[in-house]
Amino acid sequence: MLDHFAALQVVLPLLASPLCALIRNRRAVHAVSLLVTSATFAIAVLLALQVADRGAFSYELGGWAAPIGIEYRVDALTAFVLLVVSGIGALVMWYARESLEVEISYQRYSLFHVMYLLALAGLLGIVITGDLFNVFVFLEISALSSYVLISMGRDRRALTAAYQYLIMGTIGATFILIGVGLMYMMTGTLNMTDMAVRLREVSETRTVLAAFGFLTVGIGLKMALFPFHLWLPNAYTYAPSVVTAFLAGTATKVAVYVLLRFSLTVYGVDFSFSTMPLSTVLMALALAGMFSASLVAVFQQDVKRLLAYSSVAQIGYMVLGVSFASVTGLTGGIVHLANHAMMKCMLFCVLGCVVVRIGSTHIDDMRGIAKQMPLTMGAFVVGGLGLIGVPATAGFISKWYLVQAALQQGYWPIAVLILASSLLAVVYVWRVIEVAYFEEPPPGRGDVEEAPVSMLVPSWLLAVATIYFGLDSELTAGLARRAAEALLLVGGPA
Amino acid sequence: MESSALLAIAVGLPLAGGLPVSLLGRWPNAREAASLLTAGALFAVVIAILRRHLAGEHLELELFEMMPGMPIAFEVEPLGMLFALVASGLWIVTTAYAIGYMRAHDETDQTRFFVCFAVAIAAAIGVALARNLLTLFVFYEALTLSTYPLVTHSRTEEARESGRVYLGILLTTSVLFLLLAILWTQQLAGTVEFEPGGILRGQVEPMMVGILLALFAFGTGKAALMPFHRWLPAAMVAPTPVSALLHAVAVVKAGVFSILKIVIYIFGIDLLAETRMSEWLVYVASFTILAASLIALTKDNLKARLAYSTISQLSYIVLGAALASSTGVLGGSMHIAMHAVGKITLFFVAGAIMVTLHKTEVSQMRGIGRQMPVTMACFGIAAVSIIGLPPMGGSWSKWFLLLGTIDSGMLPVAAVLIVSSLLSIAYLMPLVARAFFAPLPDQGVGEQRPGIREAPLFCLIPICLTALGSPALFFYADDLYELLKPLVTP
Repeated sequence: MLDHFAALQVVLPLLASPLCALIRNRRAVHAVSLLVTSATFAIAVLLALQVADRGAFSYELGGWAAPIGIEYRVDALTAFVLLVVSGIGALVMWYARESLEVEISYQRYSLFHVMYLLALAGLLGIVITGDLFNVFVFLEISALSSYVLISMGRDRRALTAAYQYLIMGTIGATFILIGVGLMYMMTGTLNMTDMAVRLREVSETRTVLAAFGFLTVGIGLKMALFPFHLWLPNAYTYAPSVVTAFLAGTATKVAVYVLLRFSLTVYGVDFSFSTMPLSTVLMALALAGMFSASLVAVFQQDVKRLLAYSSVAQIGYMVLGVSFASVTGLTGGIVHLANHAMMKCMLFCVLGCVVVRIGSTHIDDMRGIAKQMPLTMGAFVVGGLGLIGVPATAGFISKWYLVQAALQQGYWPIAVLILASSLLAVVYVWRVIEVAYFEEPPPGRGDVEEAPVSMLVPSWLLAVATIYFGLDSELTAGLARRAAEALLLVGGPA
Repeated sequence: MESSALLAIAVGLPLAGGLPVSLLGRWPNAREAASLLTAGALFAVVIAILRRHLAGEHLELELFEMMPGMPIAFEVEPLGMLFALVASGLWIVTTAYAIGYMRAHDETDQTRFFVCFAVAIAAAIGVALARNLLTLFVFYEALTLSTYPLVTHSRTEEARESGRVYLGILLTTSVLFLLLAILWTQQLAGTVEFEPGGILRGQVEPMMVGILLALFAFGTGKAALMPFHRWLPAAMVAPTPVSALLHAVAVVKAGVFSILKIVIYIFGIDLLAETRMSEWLVYVASFTILAASLIALTKDNLKARLAYSTISQLSYIVLGAALASSTGVLGGSMHIAMHAVGKITLFFVAGAIMVTLHKTEVSQMRGIGRQMPVTMACFGIAAVSIIGLPPMGGSWSKWFLLLGTIDSGMLPVAAVLIVSSLLSIAYLMPLVARAFFAPLPDQGVGEQRPGIREAPLFCLIPICLTALGSPALFFYADDLYELLKPLVTP
């Protein structure tokens, strides 16, 4: 039984998803989702414990040994990202009930749960599989279901946003498929470990180089790396709050994971970062994204959109960490993956609370909201401080590792740029805080209650986690460092 | 009790005190009693730490590791002991004063005020007891953020603007320079622990020492070195007790304390003396001393004048560190206490005048010595201490600083100190003279000559206590010297 957990991680939400389509009762369908997502998280915890116990391990689907069969491979990085994705997936489901009642029409209620579980299964599948074609398949599963989820937003612009994402996402997926196809052509295998070995013999061929290019662009589109981020702000802004919170904490993070897998596990650090100028390319794009997206965020009028641009900037931090290709840099990137998932998910949860009460996230509508919803906005302040990277929040840990990595390689201008860009976060976070705390509520808005408890508790759970992992990063940074060491093949096996 | 536990209590107590204060918000008297009680208890704890420290015990506490090999840890050493004593001791009087002031002024949101105040003090104690740069930085930033609601207390447009300047400068400097310097130190020395004699010796080229020192000195924006001083006058929109304790004692002293501590325990005085890489800082500090004093002369608003006086006086302490001699460091360290006691009195008086006579400008204060004789006498005493004349505490720190300039062979800087004393006479003494010797402005016909109108007792008694502190420190400077001596005699 214990061995099959790796398969269950994906199969459970995948199978539960059509089940939801059959249930019409709102409570029942939510209960099923809740049960499934929680169980998925529990499985991720068990897998992580197993990795900690006996190191990386593989699971052969259907008993067919790799490279013939499909292999699920769980190592430190996999376990870490699985924990993040399934944790966010479960927490958002706990949060979702009252938010959905306001934001999603009655007929689509079951559909939402179908798509949510499907997206979760897809994302978990991408992370756990050791097979390249599998990555593509799961990528499509998660992407298609997220298009549906986004289009469920109340605003009709959600439809165009979903369509935009569909176009961009499909281009990205196609590029990835072409990349995988070219690599398959050259090596005749789809198993990652197997391919890593075989690629070495053909790594100088133009086909492999082209595949590398296709993959980089495709993954860049998926993770909304500047300048491929254009789909993200609209998608995040017009999607239902629950969907935004879920996607912000998972989708782009998984894309970063795919980047790590392709560039380090499949191609290997030497090829990606020495033969190919991936380091320079990623570094330049990451820095450009950090500054341009933060600057754009400063001028946004809708707080949800503001946070969406902030996400683009924060993805820059993760990619920057990867671009250093050092243990410290990767640790920073990977730990920021988790930290940012936590913080951004919480901030979008908070905005969901605001929507439930005042029906808008426009900055003018949020005037004086802190007086009426002190707990909600308290969580926002914690998340905002985390984005800035104030010490004693999780964001500080990420920043610390990233700057340290930059200094280790003597890139002190980059160290300065990382710190400077976090000051831009102060500006956009403080704009919201000032409006919420200093201004009087607009006359039209009557009495507004604090958000429902069922939404506040998950939000605050994430807020507490943001502070906890800022004080004691043993779990996050510790795991991230082991994953980084394994990826770079230094130290012992993970 | 386990000695090391005392350190955790010292930091945790004000934080814990915030809870009853916030819960008792509906009953002002009980809330204020809780505030006073917390302040008193904190001081008792600090005194207990002091006694064990003086008995030769080494107090140290490692809480947990924030990142592998990077613990949050506390340790008692003479300089931190002094800062903790000053901050916690003056917190008691300030709490008493704040009660009188806030009520007389009918301030709103008093609960939030007292809670944030307690958090700020906890952060200041954390800075004082930090064992490494990481811990120092954590509490340094906590101090910035916890004082932001206090600075913007009134929620007016002006408060909001000032809040932006306050956060803008303090966060920019600390994130851009201080954090970079800390990480760089970690990179160079492999550690960020404070160690006697410093950790950078032999790890860096002389040129780098200068750059790193610049990052540290300007990164500590709370020390208000020019050109990063604008936040301090901006912070004056806060209620006066905040200006008094935080922006004359806890916050600004956390800044100069950090610089002193970094110079002593990260660079080591010897390293700076050998490489002569702190000379430029001497000039920057001297410039700040003179420029801020000159600006103070032009300010009519009393709190603004005092704020610029603070900027000038803070640079005395930076100067003491930059001189990189044992007398300079001693003088600078002593000045933390001397200036704190003097300046808090001046701010208390400014607040007392504001709540009783509703006067804020120096030009309005003619003859007020007849209405508030005790208050204005206290102002005079504290002013003499700030100027640095005996028999007030301020004369000792200035004396050591003068010796320091001679030790370092920088005689022109001695002239700076003397000129600055003259300037401080020029910006403080006219007020005292005007208050006592100028007649009150003409009164309308038939109006009675105003009698004595002192501030509420809750304000007046703290003023008297802190005013008496200045002469007391003059006579007990020996104890202070003994406490601080281990700083320079390893």
